[in-house]
Amino acid sequence: MGDMLGKLTLDAVPMHQPIIMGAVAFMILCGLGVAALITHLGFWRTLWSDWITSVDHKKIGIMYIMLAMVMLLRGFSDAIMMRMQQALASTGGPGYLPPEHFDQVFTAHGVIMIFFMAMPFIVGLMNIVMPLQIGARDVAFPYLNNLSFWLTAAGALLVNISLGIGEFAKTGWLAYPPLSEIAYSPGVGVDYYIWALQIAGVGTLLSGVNMITTILKMRAPGMTLMRMPIFSWTALCANMLIVAAFPILTATLAMLSLDRYLGMHFFTNDAGGNPMMYVNLIWAWGHPEVYILILPCFGVFSEVISTFSSKQLFGYTSMVYATVCITVLSFLVWLHHFFTMGTGADVNAFFGITTMIIAIPTGAKIFNWLFTMYRGRVRFTTPVLWTIGFMITFVIGGMTGVLMAVPPADFVLHNSLFLIAHFHNVIIGGVVFGCMAGVNYWFPKAFGFTLDERLGKISFWCWLVGFYLAFMPLYALGLMGMTRRLDHVNNPVWHVYLVVAMVGAVIIMCGIAAQIAQITVSIWNRAALRDLTGDPWNGRTLEWAVASPPPAYNFARTPIVTTRDAYWEMKRRGLAHNPLPAYRPIHMPRNTATGVIVSAFAAALGFGLIWHIWWLSIASFVAAIGIAITHSFNEDRDYYVTPDEIAENEGKYHLASQV
Amino acid sequence: MIIPERILNKASETAGAWRKVRRLASSLSLLLVTTPLLGGCQFAVMDPKGPIGAQEKSIILLSTGLMLIVVVPVIALTLAFAWRYRASNSKATFAPDWSHSNRIEAVVWLVPCLIVAILGSVTWVSSHTLDPYRPIAAAAKPIDVDVVSLDWKWLFIYPDLKIASVNELAFPVGTPVRFRMTSSSVMDAFFIPRLGSQIYTMPGMETKLSLLADNPGTYEGISANYSGDGFSDMKFAARAMSAADFAKWVETVRRSPRELTMAAYRQLAKPSEDVPVGYYGDIASNLYHDVLNKCADGSSCTDDNVRLALAKESFGAVGLCKTSESRILR
Ligand code: HEM
Ligand SMILES: [Cu+2]
Ligand SMILES: [Cu+2]
Repeated sequence: MGDMLGKLTLDAVPMHQPIIMGAVAFMILCGLGVAALITHLGFWRTLWSDWITSVDHKKIGIMYIMLAMVMLLRGFSDAIMMRMQQALASTGGPGYLPPEHFDQVFTAHGVIMIFFMAMPFIVGLMNIVMPLQIGARDVAFPYLNNLSFWLTAAGALLVNISLGIGEFAKTGWLAYPPLSEIAYSPGVGVDYYIWALQIAGVGTLLSGVNMITTILKMRAPGMTLMRMPIFSWTALCANMLIVAAFPILTATLAMLSLDRYLGMHFFTNDAGGNPMMYVNLIWAWGHPEVYILILPCFGVFSEVISTFSSKQLFGYTSMVYATVCITVLSFLVWLHHFFTMGTGADVNAFFGITTMIIAIPTGAKIFNWLFTMYRGRVRFTTPVLWTIGFMITFVIGGMTGVLMAVPPADFVLHNSLFLIAHFHNVIIGGVVFGCMAGVNYWFPKAFGFTLDERLGKISFWCWLVGFYLAFMPLYALGLMGMTRRLDHVNNPVWHVYLVVAMVGAVIIMCGIAAQIAQITVSIWNRAALRDLTGDPWNGRTLEWAVASPPPAYNFARTPIVTTRDAYWEMKRRGLAHNPLPAYRPIHMPRNTATGVIVSAFAAALGFGLIWHIWWLSIASFVAAIGIAITHSFNEDRDYYVTPDEIAENEGKYHLASQV
Repeated sequence: MIIPERILNKASETAGAWRKVRRLASSLSLLLVTTPLLGGCQFAVMDPKGPIGAQEKSIILLSTGLMLIVVVPVIALTLAFAWRYRASNSKATFAPDWSHSNRIEAVVWLVPCLIVAILGSVTWVSSHTLDPYRPIAAAAKPIDVDVVSLDWKWLFIYPDLKIASVNELAFPVGTPVRFRMTSSSVMDAFFIPRLGSQIYTMPGMETKLSLLADNPGTYEGISANYSGDGFSDMKFAARAMSAADFAKWVETVRRSPRELTMAAYRQLAKPSEDVPVGYYGDIASNLYHDVLNKCADGSSCTDDNVRLALAKESFGAVGLCKTSESRILR
């Protein structure tokens, strides 16, 4: 029995740690509550056949975003724990989290927020919106899309299992060796880290391939690249970055696992290993990663600001070039993350300057949004508030970023709370605000009713004020010489700032609560918030040219595009909402359970590898591959939507949108 | 004009509440602004005690100032445009199809370009003048200190004085200190915020840094790179003192009966937290070399291995004798 379970014993459950056990109990209770609710509503069958096994890009996108929102709650719980610890443990006391726990918390927070909150959010938005924007019926590889999602979910599952069984990494979110090597991290924490990211990483890479193919191959006739909506452009660039960068992450983590599992020496201290190599490789992925996150958000802001200013986007062409510039440059700056590693002045200066150069296209983008508002008619809806909040917040974060790109400035700011403030400044002000703008903007498209505006605005203001209170003090603390990842300090002055930061985090918590309330209330009031037109904002791009929620096939007839802002043009020329006299059958992919089953085995494979349960690893690996291969022999994977069905759907929609 | 009492009351009530909020806010902001003053200047990076830190401070100010040239107008314009072109303001011009202007485009690309050109030049020049490896020009003859980061404390070896100290670094003011650094286990970063420039310490590798203090005083030194459980207490006191005081300090350390032999080093290198200051009156002369070359545990040193392998190569030795050693060298 002992051998059967590898390193896993009952001791792996941290029974003596009330905080952890409380969190685990809470998570289990939530899970049970959701299960009970589903049973009560009799929703299991629908859940399985319409959602879990769905290959519809819109549903997959919604599942991605739901995963992201749940992970936001988890990542935020970690954040508030850290804020509490530092507020409590800054006047000499130890606080309530011992170092070995605190170190897991900041690592888990970083990993969850980046990989399982921000990434799924972005991929989810791209999934829902991009195919509609380019006038496609689905993504290029619908089954692969479902598999990608479930692989991401499998990675998230592993990270969350680590809370109750074993431990998570205590290495920081990038797991620098030698600290992450077996000599200094002998526990399973780093293995959880490695396999969660490897499995989710495969999902991300596959999704990247899928999206690029979709954008390059499936645009509606007439939609040249230079007529493509900006969000789809940013999706294209972000996915190019995914495909170029994620293999670096995979290879780097593979080398780290060879060190840990097979005693190799890629990054160890001895036998010719070189930890600096890891630092280079991980940032060669890591810097493009931040652009993978921010570029699509730039796309969201572009769409929002143009729609709600009732005006074409200013400087479309330069916007596209700026995006492409950023995409290319993002691979030439990774060294700015370790100017203090003793690299020579020439190299430091080179990478400092390339980093600053990225600020030029980014700055141009900001100005373009500004001039989109200029001579427009700006409607202050929730998405617009997020966008304006972003423009103001992001330039501050961008400024401190460029400041740290000057190597001698970085010599005193590197790894300080100034840095923490900087990247939360861009990642909350940019990525989180972008995701929130996107959700408020496209929610009616996905569900057929708008979100409650009042609660949306409350949420925005809480996030905005909370953000400034939580992170401006960190800039100051960084300048006072407080470094990151400290579980306790003893400084009455810092204490004041840390308490203010804590208050800020609590206000952000109110913002999150308002968001949950917003969604709940809107579902409750959905009849009143219903949008039958499919176009609640007077939109400009093709996603608004179909019903909300769109039918599985998206477009009854593939639209023909003659200009940018294709739907705007259709409306202007009176071509929108003209039902066709007759429809042709539409060829559609069938749902499949393969993705979720393969991913379940992938999770089991990861779990087996983490705990050295070799039989489980081998069996799951064989099963996963076997099922994937068997799936490829399944011939019954498509069906046709009949013209009658289409006519009925479209009839209802056109009737509604004409009133 | 007569204002009904009810409204007056209500107004004064809200005014009262408002005053309370304002008082709270102003006392809070007062606290934020004045606490640094009360505790001396808390902004270590903005209150440097040596030329390296001072130059870095001025670079921070200069760069920030340059960028504010764009940042402030952007923020102001964002608010101004959003307000001016709000949907309810029908007086503002509305040009729904206006989406291009070469003049505006030129400005929005050129202005950032200009600023980056200036900042880039600052970067190029300052990266070289403030290269941590660059010796500091000063009248006084520099002193050498070899630094080893251990789990979780700092070891300072004075190779010329043959003494060493733990978690306390003393040096004369006005004298450049030349650090050579390495680590015994994982990566750390050596950082004295008041003096400027941090640098990583890495096992089996050497990094260098020169610092100088203008003012005597005791400054906090930290590890600025997370290195595990005991990281938060991995601090040292950096004490800049007059030449006479430094001589006295050296005497005190010399008188310490403890000797940092290789065995004592191996003991010291074991993980320990919140370690008090310690002095070593004598040291094993090859200590730093052996730590750097990963032979403090008695195994063969990296540099010897390299020399051996090179020698064998140049003598054309092949086969048996080559395999084992050169593998270690990768
Ligand atoms: C919502 C409010 C948030 C709060 C209050 C918060 C707070 C914190 C705190 C206190 C730390 C540790 C700072 C330290 O090392 O001393 C931290 C680290 C970090 N945060 Fe957040 N955070 C938030 C949101 C986010 C988001 C949205 C992301 C990314 C999408 C993110 C990514 C990270 C990362 C990568 C780290 C570094 C972890 C490490 O040191 O390894 N955070 N955050
Ligand atoms: Cu970067
Ligand atoms: Cu190195």
